Order: sequence, then structure tokens, then C-alpha cells
Amino acid sequence: MRWLLVVLALLLGAAGPVLPDYAVVKPGAVLRFPADHGAHPEFRTEWWYVTGWLRTADGKDLGFQFTVFRTRPPVDQANPSRFAAKQVIFAHAALSDPSIGHLLHDQRIARAGFGLADAAIGNARLVIDDWQLLRAADGRFHAAVASRAKGSAFALDLTLTPGQAELLQGDAGYSRKGPSAREASHYYSVPHLRVTGSVVRGGVRQAVTGTAWLDREWSSTLLNPAAVGWDWTGLNLDDGSALTLFRVRDAKGAALWAGGSLRRGDGSRLTFAPGDVRFASARQWRSPRTGALYPVAPVVGARIDGRWHEWPVTPLFDDQELDSRRGGGPVYWEGAVRVPGGRGYLELTGYQSALKM
Amino acid sequence: MIDTAARWMMLGEWRAHPARVAVAALAIAIGVALGLAVHIVNQSALGSFAKALASVNGAADLQVHSTSPTGFDEALYPRLARLPGVAAASPVVELVAGNNGTKLTLIGLDILRAVKVTPALVASAGIGSPIAGGQNPFATDALALSPAALADSGRKVGDHITVTAVGRSVDFTIASVLAGDNEAIAVADIAAVQWRLGQIGRLQRVDLKLAEDADAAAVGGAITAMLPADAQLVTPRSEANRTESLSRAYRVNLEMLAMMALLTGGFLVYSAQSLSVARRRPQFALLRVLGLKRGRLLRQMVLEGGIVGIIGAVMGLAMGIGLASLAVDRLGGDLGGGYFRGSHPELMLSPGAALVFMGLGIAVAMGGSLMPALEAARAQPAVALKTMGDSSDPTHHPLAWPGLALLGLGAIAALAPPVLELPLFGYAAMALMLAGGVLAMPWLARTLLAPLQSVAAGPALGLALKRLWGAPGQAAVALCGIVASTSLMVAMAVMVTSFRGSVDDWLVQILPSDLYLHIEGAEAGGLDTNMQARLAATPGVSSIRFVRSLPLRLSPERPPIALTAQPLDRRNPDSHLPLLRPSLAAPPGEIPVWVSEPMVWLYGKHAGERMTLPLGDRARPVFIAGVWRDYARQFGAITMASADFTALTGDATRSEAAIDVVPGTPLPALTSALRQRLPAGIARQAQFAEPRQMRVMALALFDRSFAVTYALEAIAIGIGLAGVAATFSAQTLARRREFGMLRHIGVSRRQVTAMLAAEGALLGAIGGIAGIALGVVMSQVLIHVVNPQSFHWTMDTRLPWALFAALLAALVVAAAGTAVLAGRRALSADAVRAVREDW
Repeated sequence: MRWLLVVLALLLGAAGPVLPDYAVVKPGAVLRFPADHGAHPEFRTEWWYVTGWLRTADGKDLGFQFTVFRTRPPVDQANPSRFAAKQVIFAHAALSDPSIGHLLHDQRIARAGFGLADAAIGNARLVIDDWQLLRAADGRFHAAVASRAKGSAFALDLTLTPGQAELLQGDAGYSRKGPSAREASHYYSVPHLRVTGSVVRGGVRQAVTGTAWLDREWSSTLLNPAAVGWDWTGLNLDDGSALTLFRVRDAKGAALWAGGSLRRGDGSRLTFAPGDVRFASARQWRSPRTGALYPVAPVVGARIDGRWHEWPVTPLFDDQELDSRRGGGPVYWEGAVRVPGGRGYLELTGYQSALKM
Repeated sequence: MIDTAARWMMLGEWRAHPARVAVAALAIAIGVALGLAVHIVNQSALGSFAKALASVNGAADLQVHSTSPTGFDEALYPRLARLPGVAAASPVVELVAGNNGTKLTLIGLDILRAVKVTPALVASAGIGSPIAGGQNPFATDALALSPAALADSGRKVGDHITVTAVGRSVDFTIASVLAGDNEAIAVADIAAVQWRLGQIGRLQRVDLKLAEDADAAAVGGAITAMLPADAQLVTPRSEANRTESLSRAYRVNLEMLAMMALLTGGFLVYSAQSLSVARRRPQFALLRVLGLKRGRLLRQMVLEGGIVGIIGAVMGLAMGIGLASLAVDRLGGDLGGGYFRGSHPELMLSPGAALVFMGLGIAVAMGGSLMPALEAARAQPAVALKTMGDSSDPTHHPLAWPGLALLGLGAIAALAPPVLELPLFGYAAMALMLAGGVLAMPWLARTLLAPLQSVAAGPALGLALKRLWGAPGQAAVALCGIVASTSLMVAMAVMVTSFRGSVDDWLVQILPSDLYLHIEGAEAGGLDTNMQARLAATPGVSSIRFVRSLPLRLSPERPPIALTAQPLDRRNPDSHLPLLRPSLAAPPGEIPVWVSEPMVWLYGKHAGERMTLPLGDRARPVFIAGVWRDYARQFGAITMASADFTALTGDATRSEAAIDVVPGTPLPALTSALRQRLPAGIARQAQFAEPRQMRVMALALFDRSFAVTYALEAIAIGIGLAGVAATFSAQTLARRREFGMLRHIGVSRRQVTAMLAAEGALLGAIGGIAGIALGVVMSQVLIHVVNPQSFHWTMDTRLPWALFAALLAALVVAAAGTAVLAGRRALSADAVRAVREDW
């Protein structure tokens, strides 16, 4: 899903008269909250990325993701028009329901302005038409999504309550994404968010509870040109730990870069170097729609204190592929997954076709 | 047995005179073909125009449109977008623009919104959407062109192009090509258009997509309630009405003309059947004597007409389709009417319409047979067995009142108001007058010939007079075709002559200056005050009047009216306006406007009344100080003083100028001097014209739009003359025994020929005079009823005397000539044998 933004940014960046002066990700920048929950419009791209597991009152498991992207297209900064696309907001929501067997999903895209679409500074206040992700003064997030898409109408109305402090990824929030020091982002996560609220499926509203994960990243230069896709997982472990693992792949499937972290329930934190992270393909699933072959059940590993630990990943169900080509986006797999002693989300991009850069 | 005999007789008659049946069937075919062709072309033109409009509009569910090209405040957009029931809203800047002298519609879109509401507008000719096309959709200099606009520009993707609108010229790069259609459209990012073309804060349109479960009427009501005065709600229905009303009157008038041609065909069937009945009278009498019932005979005759009608209708169907495709090919979808610019529509064939026109053709043919059939059925078998030709008693006086009654009814119908804004009663009046005129012919012929009875004349003329006087029924049969077609043609000719003359006078009146300047594509503004000052200071300019002209939508159901602002003396506007009556003085503090004649008809606005103009976000009250004649803008025009316009709108730009020149200044030099004082982009959109050229152009346009009318008229007269020829030859052949008898009693061959020529000439003259008289009466219906009711303008009657004289001469010569030609054949038979046939 992060991939989508990259694609968008690339397209928007094809040609421009006067490029905006994008801010540069620098190591040593100190993240401050709640200000950094808000937007960083001087950077080229940014996202608020919520994924999580929900359980209905009758004990059924569901997965959900709700993502809001902000991008700063290379438009002429001198244009006084209120329509000037100086910021574009893009949001995506999906619901994984094993009883349906594929994703229900929808998206919104709009240029910021007129109060119809906005990513506010100072706190998380994201609005795009009738969708929103708001952070209240007490630190709780509220996510509201409604899709009237034909055949896959659904709605999410969720309150996310943090139980842990923000988890600064990489070096105090400076997260490398490639071999060059330029390929980096500001990156923090909020794992173990307690979820309450409701889900509407098939016109029926059901109360749900669950656990979610918020990922926040912003950057102006993210990926290496040789990258064709990436794999990411964020797992809320039952002991209160939070495990983040990601790798950026080249055309041969080898890792161009990798990273992640493990924060234990007691707050102690490990940051993984590229050599400390492993994604081993186990069972694969081929999409009947796109023909793409995804390693939907990988065995992920991290070297902790010199010893490899492994977590075999099992998806909630196989077909959590998302085809957003009709909206100009990519094809990727993004789904709710389990590991022994934990649950979270797995993202697999660049398997249907390599990204042309 | 008798049925078999009857059928045998019918077939025998057709076999003996195939040409006559063919001519009758052909007349019906031509009528059906014309009606169907005009209908098909109209529908096709309308369809293609609606499609073109839809392509500019992108087929949104609902649309909020500004009343004038200056647009409305963009703050309306988020309010519309948040309205319950609105699923998506797409803000649009829409400007009439030009590129190197060609016209195009420049559309500023928020592509991210438009993709939801009007996907057709963002569909590219290549891949999916411009987003997927790899272009930066927000680039300030990127422009997507429709294939038509690309062809007009003569450029290709990647080239630079200069677009001029609102008095600004802006360079773009052609980034992509939109999915194909005929309209010249250019699409750019909304922010780029707002910024670079001075539209910051303004929108001309917001396109809306409704939620699937929304009640369109309720949402429409909620929108209307929140709209400022300078915006209005456009629904697909109101848009369709607007499109339809654009050329409705023109189309209906053409269809009515085609119907007249069909009616003329009906008269031809009538005359053919009358003759055929006259000739077969003894046969019918024989059948009656043998026991054939009167009703059976009647059915037989009407059936004959019906069969002729079916043959004609089927031929007409094929001819109509062929004619329609030819007309669309040669003249365009509006048949030269100038309503749909450069449209080349696809033919839209509807089986329903084809059936209706075929049915009409058959009905007319059967109707044409009915009268002769009734006459045949009424005849006394004993008398009929013996005589051929006219069975009626020469001493019997034909009645005047049925014809006169119909004429009177026609006059009454002409007074009726329009129905659905169409002069349906006007047409009914013309049909009634036509029928009345034709019915009155026997009486009229006898009345006209009566004074000639006593005139001493040679034997040939004397015989001819006696014959016509004594057999008014037969004379009337020959006459009705002449009268019908002549009167129709004369009516049209008088109307067109009057119209053309009035337009010519009007052009002289409204073009008093030496030189005119028009900026193409300047609906949202063209010449700013700086440019105006520079133009006024050009050496050689003695005085210059700047005019602002912009379309204004008063109603979503109607095409926009033209609002013009020009320097006017508020108390004495007559010098610049062709006012119908002297201007009223506006009450103190009120803004006077002068409305064109169509405004009175379309909006019911009269001098002395008040109305509101949707200028700016409030409705502005104005006082109607007078009504002026305008032939240029059929959908209405309002003019106001320049100062008032600027005060109301804050818009000081102007789009046209009327220039008076210092005597002795050469116009070409002045034109180029003026052009040089304009910025390059505007100079390319500037058109200079001298009143003389403009008059020639306007009249050429006038003639072009009446070209089809002329053609239809010519066809009607052709049908009429064919009828005359057929009637005469048939009548003459039927009179062989009479000629034989004349030869027996010593009348020379030459004298018989002279008699026939005299008969023909007399008939032609009577028919011509009657037709011209009837035509002039009918032309008054066209001028005072049909034109004001359908086009909302009036004109002064002018009679084309030269045409009348030529027409009369042609009719006399044609009628006499045909009679003589037919007589030669009849006379060549052996006179003795001919007389023997009588026994």
C-alpha cells in the first residue's frame, strides 16, 4: 500500500515547471508529539497507516486497514488559485472478512482545499470528503470510513486508544530505506492500539473490538531506483512486544535493504540492521485475477542478540490481494496475518509487475 | 364474378395507362421522401448536437451552471459538494477560447473530481486516464485536446499551442489527446486555467454526481434553494429542452413544408383518379347495371388510390433515406440553417417515423381518390353508360360557399395563439385556406370566364371558352394542382422576399459605422480599458464605440440570450437601436434596458415592465424602456448602456467595437494599424469587417439557410406542373371523339390545336392568378402568424412582382404547351374512327 503512494508521487513528479523545495530527511531530527502526529507538508510524501484485527460480538475475526496519504505534487508554488494542487490527499480502506473470501475496498482522492480534503498541521486531523482520521486531545484516534462502492459497501467507525508510547523506528525516528543515506524516512509507529467501534457489512452494523497498529512515515526521497517492490509486516505480540520487519527487493528478489525493530512490553527496544532481517518464502498463493504469485505465508526472522528467531506467518485467508489499477494504482497483497503468539498485518508489493521507474 | 370484373378493370386501366399511375405514385413518393428525409436529418442533427453538448458537459447527473461567462464564486463548490444526496462534485472553469482564429472550448478540470463525475471528459484517446498516461495532471502548461481541436490547430502532441480567452493569450504544451469526438475541446488543470486566464475565485460550472439512492428532484430543489443569482441548476431534462428549442421552430417549419409537398402529391392523385374515373364512367355504369353495389364501387376506387399510395410510400421510404444521407453529406445536420456549427451527424433512422410518413402518404393517396370515387358512385348508370367526360349539367352552377367557408375557417385559425410555442394553428390555417381555395376553383373559374362568354372571338377561342365554362368540374381538376402548388410557392416566396428585404433594411440600420471589430472567443472579456484607449488613439479613428456582448442564461430551459452593453444615450437610444416604438424614460434611479422582439415572445417582457438580470451574485432589477427589432438572435437579446453594465458588473472589458473613420483614411491601412495595437494573441482573434462585407455575408447566410426552402418549393412546383401535364394529356386524349366531331363539321386541325392551346392558356392563367392570389393571402399567415410564433420576429410584406409575372407566364406557356402536345397525339388518330367510337 505504501507502494501506491510511491507510484503516485512518481507520476505526479513526471514534469513540473517549478519544483517545490522539498524538505530533506535528516538523521538527528527530534520527533515531538503531538505535533508530529500532524502533517509535514514541506515533505513530498507522508502517510498515516492503520492496520488491525477486529473481533465481532459473535467471535468472528476480521482484518482492516485505513490509510491516508498526503503528497506534494510538483506544481507551481506561485499559483494563487485555491485549486492549485499543492497538497493531494489520498485515502484507502479495506476490510478482510474470511466469510467473504476477498477484500472489500474503496478509495478517495482529492486535492487539499475548501475544507473538503485536508491534512492538518499540529495534530492528526485528516479529512477527505466523508472519510476522516482524527486524533483527539486525549490521544485517542477516531477513524470513520464509508464505502458505497457497488457490491462491496462497507463502513468502519472505530476508536483507537493507545496503550503504549510512540515507537520511534530506526535511529530515533530516522529510518533508512536503501543503501544511500538519502533513501530514508521519518518513521514512527503506535502498536497495540485498543480498538472499539463498529463495522457495517451488507447493511448490518456490528460492534467490534480489536487491536491495531499505526505507522507514520514522511519523506521526500524514499526508494532506490533498483527497487521493484517491498515486503513489510507489523506484529502485535501477545506479550506486549511489537515486531516490525521490512525489506526492499530488487528485480531478482534479493533484498536491497532491510530493517525493523522489536520493542518489548517493558519498553526496551532493538533496532535491526539489514543483515538482521529475513523473509523466507514458504507457501505461495497465485491470484486467479491477476496471476501474481505471492508468498502469503512467509517465515520471517530477525537476529536478536546474535540468535535468529523465526515467526511462521499464516494469513487470515489467502485472497487479500488488492487490485487498484482502475484507479491508477498498483496490484498488491495486504492482509491480516497470524504468527504463534501474535497478530498483525503483512504487505507484499511488486509481485504482479515490477514498478517501472 | 363482378369482383373479378372490377379487379380486372382496375388492372386493365393501370396496364393501359402505366405512366399516369406512375406519376401519381411518384408524387406520393416525393412527398413521403421529403417528409421522412427532413425528419431523419432533423433527428440526426439534434442527436449529434446533444451528443456534442454531452461531450462538453461530460454527462453529469446534474449541473450548476453560471448564468453568464463571468461565472460564479467558487465558494459555492464546497457547499454543493457537502449537500446530502450529492455523491461527488466536480468544479469546472469553462471558457470560450480561440487558437489562431479557430474556436474551442477551454475546460479547466479538477481531474481527481472529474474522474468520478464526468469520466468522459478525462478519458484520453490512448490509455485509461491522463493519470495512467504518465503525465503530470496538475502541470500548469499541459493541455489535452480533443481530436477535433487538435486537427483545427494543425499541431501534434508535444507541440506548443497558444490559447486566447478573456483577452489573454496563454502558451500550453499539448500533453495528450482526449477520447474522440467532434467538438473542439481543450482540457487543462483547473488551477492552471484559473490562474493563467484570470479566473481566480470563479467557476462556470459544478458538475454533480448523485448518490445512487438520492431523490434527484429533492436534491435539485435543495440546490436551487441555495444558488446565487448568477448560477442556475441544469438538469439533463432542461438541457435537452434547451437543445431542442435551439432549432425547434426551424425544424418544425421544414417538416411542415415537406408535408405541404406531400399534400400537393395528394392533389395529383386526386386529379389522376378523377380522370381515370371520368374515362371509366361507362365501365362503372356497366358494372352497376350488372349489379355491383354503390359501396362496393366506392371501396374499389379508394382501394385503387390506396395501392397507388402504398407503391408511392415504399418508393418514398427508400428515396427519403437516400435524400437524408445526401442532405447531411452536402448541407450538414441543420440543412444549412446555421444552428449546429459544422456538425456532421450520423443518420438516425427510426422505424416509427418511417411508418408514420408511409401511413400519411397512403392516407393522402386514399383521400385524393375519395372525391372522384364518391362522384363515380353517385353517377346515374343510364347517363354514364352513354356519355364520356363531364357528366355534370353545364347549366348547373358550382357552389361558392364550401370553398369560401374553408377560407373563412382558415382566417379564424390564423388568429389562434401558438401551441407549445409552435404555430400549429398557423399551419392549420394555411391547410384550410389551401383546401378552400382549391374547392372554390370551379366556381371561380366559371365566375372569371362568365364575362368572356359574350366577347366576340374567333372559333378557336370561342370553343375553348365554351368548353371551360361548360365543364367546370374537369377544369377544376386540372386547376387544383396548379393552384395548390402555385399558392404554396407564392406564399413562401412572398415570405422569403419580405424577410430578406426586412433583414437588409435592418442591417443598414444597425451597421451605421465604417468599420467593425469583433474579438472571437471573448465571451468572458476581451479588450481591457488599456487596449480600448490604445485603439481609440489610433490615427484615422474619428470615433469608436466599444460594445460588450455576452451570453446570459435567463432560463435553464432556453438557449442563452445575448446581453450587449454599448455607449447609449439613455434618453435617446434610437440612433443606435432599431426600436419598434419610441423609447420610454426609465423612472429615476432605475436602470433602463432595451429588449429585442423575441424577448417579448419568449419571456413575455414588454416595454414599461421590469425584469431582473442575473448579473453578479444578485438578481439586478432593470426597467424595460423599449423593444427593438433583431433578426440576428432568435433566442432574445437585451441591450443596456455601457456605463450601467460596468457599474452593475464591475466588468469594463469589451468584446466588439464600431469605428467611425476620419474621411479619407484608407480602411486596409487603418485595419492593420488597429491590429498592431492589440497584443499578438488578441490580434489573432480579432476580426475586422466593413458593413458592406457584413451585409453580403449576412445575406449569403440568409440565402444559405433558405436554400432548402427554395429546393422544397421547386419540388412542389415540379409536382404541380407534372400534375398539370398529366391532367391535360389525359383529358385531351379522352376527348378524341369530340375532336373527331369538330373535324367532321369542318373545323381545321389547326383550329383544334389553337382551341386546345387557348384552353390550356386560359386554365394556366386562371390557375396562376388564383394561385398567386391565394398564395399572397397565405403568405400573410406565414408573415404574421408562423414567423412571429416560431422565430419571434416580425417583418414588412414585400411582393415579388417579377416572380409573379414569370410564374404566370411559365404556367400559361406550360399549360398551353402540354395541351397542344397532347392534342397532337389525339388528333393524329383517324377522325372518322374516332366519331364511330361514339356509337
